[in-house]
Amino acid sequence: MTLHKLSIKQLADGLRGKQFSARELTQHYLGRIAAHDKDLNSFITVTPERALAQADAADAVLAQGDGATLTGIPLAQKDIFCTTGVRTSCGSKMLDQFVAPYDATIVQKLDAAGMVMLGKANMDEFAMGSSNETSYYGPVKNPWDVTRVPGGSSGGSVASVAAGLAPIATATDTGGSIRQPAALTNLTGIKPTYGRVSRYGMIAFASSLDQAGVVARSAEDAAYVLQAMSGFDPKDSTSIERPVDDLVSGLNQSIKGLRIGLPSEYFADGLAPGVRERIEQAIDVFKQLGATFSEVSLPNSPLSVPTYYVVAPAEASSNLARFDGVRYGHRAEGAKTLEELYKRSRGEGFGAEVQRRIMIGTYVLSHGYYDAYYLQAQKVRRLIYDDFKRAFEHVDLVLGPTATDVAFKLGAKTDDPVAMYLNDIYTIAANLAGIPAMSLSCGFVEGLPVGLQLMGNFFDEARMLNAAHQYQQATDFHTQWPKEFES
Amino acid sequence: MSLSPEQVRQVAQLARLQLNPEQVEPYARQLSNILEMVSRLSSAQTADVAPMAHPLEMTQRLRIDTVSEPNRRDDYQAIAPEVQDGLYLVPKVIE
Amino acid sequence: MSHADWEAVIGLEVHCQLSTNSKIFSGAAIAYGAEPNTQACPIDLGMPGVLPVLNGDAVKKAVTFGLSVDAEIARRCVFARKHYFYPDLPKGYQISQYELPIVANGHLDIELEDGPNSVTVKRIGITRAHMEEDAGKSLHENFSGSTGIDLNRAGTPLIEIVSEPDIRSAAEAVAYLKKLHQLVVYLGICDGNMQEGSFRCDANVSVRRRGTEKFGTRTETKNVNSFRYVEKAIEYEIERQIEVIEAGGTIVQETRLFNPDTGETRAMRSKENANDYRYFPDPDLLPVVCTEDYIDAIRSSLPELPEAKRARFVSVFGLSDYDAKTLTSSRELAAYYEAVVAASGAEPKLCANWIATDLLGALNKLGKDIGESPIGADAFAGLLKRMVDKTISGKIAKDVFEAMLAGEGSADDIIQAKGLVQITDESAIIAAIDDVIAKNPQQLADFRAGKDRLFGFFVGQAMKATQGKANPDALNRLLKEKLK
Repeated sequence: MTLHKLSIKQLADGLRGKQFSARELTQHYLGRIAAHDKDLNSFITVTPERALAQADAADAVLAQGDGATLTGIPLAQKDIFCTTGVRTSCGSKMLDQFVAPYDATIVQKLDAAGMVMLGKANMDEFAMGSSNETSYYGPVKNPWDVTRVPGGSSGGSVASVAAGLAPIATATDTGGSIRQPAALTNLTGIKPTYGRVSRYGMIAFASSLDQAGVVARSAEDAAYVLQAMSGFDPKDSTSIERPVDDLVSGLNQSIKGLRIGLPSEYFADGLAPGVRERIEQAIDVFKQLGATFSEVSLPNSPLSVPTYYVVAPAEASSNLARFDGVRYGHRAEGAKTLEELYKRSRGEGFGAEVQRRIMIGTYVLSHGYYDAYYLQAQKVRRLIYDDFKRAFEHVDLVLGPTATDVAFKLGAKTDDPVAMYLNDIYTIAANLAGIPAMSLSCGFVEGLPVGLQLMGNFFDEARMLNAAHQYQQATDFHTQWPKEFES
Repeated sequence: MSLSPEQVRQVAQLARLQLNPEQVEPYARQLSNILEMVSRLSSAQTADVAPMAHPLEMTQRLRIDTVSEPNRRDDYQAIAPEVQDGLYLVPKVIE
Repeated sequence: MSHADWEAVIGLEVHCQLSTNSKIFSGAAIAYGAEPNTQACPIDLGMPGVLPVLNGDAVKKAVTFGLSVDAEIARRCVFARKHYFYPDLPKGYQISQYELPIVANGHLDIELEDGPNSVTVKRIGITRAHMEEDAGKSLHENFSGSTGIDLNRAGTPLIEIVSEPDIRSAAEAVAYLKKLHQLVVYLGICDGNMQEGSFRCDANVSVRRRGTEKFGTRTETKNVNSFRYVEKAIEYEIERQIEVIEAGGTIVQETRLFNPDTGETRAMRSKENANDYRYFPDPDLLPVVCTEDYIDAIRSSLPELPEAKRARFVSVFGLSDYDAKTLTSSRELAAYYEAVVAASGAEPKLCANWIATDLLGALNKLGKDIGESPIGADAFAGLLKRMVDKTISGKIAKDVFEAMLAGEGSADDIIQAKGLVQITDESAIIAAIDDVIAKNPQQLADFRAGKDRLFGFFVGQAMKATQGKANPDALNRLLKEKLK
């Protein structure tokens, strides 16, 4: 059976046409997880009982002739989203025993849409990482080459989808954590506009940057699930009270006349020649589809990494202050004083990368340094935002590479945080500005996938997905499979 | 910009992180590298720029003042490390 | 050197719990005295992934306060996170306001009695008032050597009202606090219950030699929960600081705790000292915008404030300033008074006398306040009505009032049941007078011989004969005629 090679649309048709049941489909994926995940480590927790119960419920709905496109479609949830009754670890020893007494809003929404949760996907600890090597549950391997990283922080989400252990997965993106791993595993990953998807029940890393989205095998698959995740949530003060555009119906529109901007800063030194070539080839495809290209300038983009590494750690140091061993989470044994309880619980519960970011964040917010670091970063953030605002006066989308290079070897950058941080050089600006952005596969260099990034104006997810889908109709990169996991 | 091991210990104290002595030196080096990278921010001309705390140009929505949360203490305390008589316990605090 | 050479400089920070139904950022209840942690939801517990949403009523109450002290209302204000680790602070930060508070630059006028008949008005500046969430409570009783944490109070909406350092004595501090307390209760934004911690005060105290400009180093004494304790704590702290400096020592800037048992303050060992709060704007919350329309709507629904009401009671009802002050001391009492005036049709002054003297005196004995009065305003008006229409005399009215207090029913019920209706029928009064005269020939002879003071004897006897029910004016007049 090659059920795992079907698109979401094909799966939905198959379920409706009684070619297979939701239970059979779920069992197929659970079987693949059992067979392959030991090589990838893409799941922290697999939830077969919950999945089969949801599948049976979906079958009952389908038997009535009811349900929508997503009824009975399995997915992997990144382990950053709280799930009642199922451990939510956020990739950390701190939450190794944490079972939330509430669901994240997107978990509720996708459950309500009839989707079947296969399990909780591995991730960098508290989403802090670009290689999925900071997880307490061990690194995730790239299905295209298991000696390489899948990218991060949504490494488990992408590995599970790329290897066909799940048809689609949720993910989150604070500085590129959807797009960079999607690029490194030949997937389509989309981070919508900040505030489009509720953050309620999604464990916070950097609140003003965090945004949930999906990783999928195509723009079309992504559109279906992002549609179901999006929307206003009164439980999130930063959620946008605005109707969600129809992301699916416009996918087949022509992109003739679409104006695409090319930022020179994204093609400067540091971009691997092979990646540059693939991007240039993709530009030609878009041209053939009728898009027009012009150069745009995002002059402050070289400052996006330094800005991010002030803003994100500052917010993280604050967001992670709640993990103190008192009400939930890891508690050091035998602490004699409150001080000792705090310091040991946090010292033991957090890994090195999380500790580094907490310390950087604490430092930049502390007395005497706030203006030079945090306030200055907030000002530069506005400059970066203004760059995009100006660019979108002239173009509909901005196109560039997602990552500087293809997937690197496991362990190659673990001792050099700054080198690791520079992985996100092209993805961070969209988070700082709050605009939607996505990555899609545009070819291979020596058998490893290369990602192309599209960035859109606020709320322009539908236009971005339309462009990506048209590109995918004209190319077949996204249909390629890593050989070991194809059958 | 660099952080001394002593500064690392101070920041760790402020953040309530217990560091092993052998971690301090590598942390000092790594954090110094990060701050070095971040120091490029000072080159930006920001005299007339308003700080941007948030990407959304929205204002705070106000909730209607009604009680919507029932008592679910048992559920919430089922995941607590140490409770007694409905209270969370910590080592004795002296004010 | 004597204490007269020293001057105290005092600023007060008052934490005032807003009387909303639910918490400032969650839908949990805020009722006082619930079982531990039964009113703490995931947001109050600082659980991962949950988010705050601002209670609109808390904002409205904060704006109400600002308008009542003539302050500026920020058109745009921002919530910030204040970081410190303490077990009653579940998130490791308190959501508060720092650079952009909702209320700034107001003032409150206090009255200082500096002599038997001399009152000075002093203006105390209000630097700011900001919205924030309350912390939970640490219970230090022995739980096998542990401290217990109750987070029911965590997330209760507060405004912190910060005064200018304009206060110069413990007495001024108390006058300011009482005025502020009266105001927030009047406004209906706080229940004012100091025992339950709804209205708490931290006192910043320093001393300086008279004539010097520069402030001395200040200490902050925390959470003093009664007016009397505030007075004692400040007095103690002033004495202590003068003694330390005169002995050649220096004052350390620190947080201190007041011990009501000893009347002393001592430095706190934990918590506040040497903190770096790392304030920054809370990214989970957006700027709060108060539009002109929003502020105007609140302004137009503001209740009449104590001073305005007091002035009106003097000008409209003709009351003395003293009575007006008494009757406007609380909004409920003033409303009671006005209801009685309206329903009884009695002279406002008569109503004031009865309420300020008889009713408040009786309530005081019962240890009740006006809201718990056994006689409601309508019932009280019913009593005064019977005096106005001369059904009963003022003297009888006192008896009826006592009976009403004892729960014997309405004034009319009591008058009816006890047959207390005043006798105005002159023939009945004359009959009683004739009877008294007939029974007391000796006294009559003495009176007529010039013993004028015996007139009172006849009044008393005649009144007694009518069980006190004779109309006093008629009785006097008729008796005079008979005795001529």
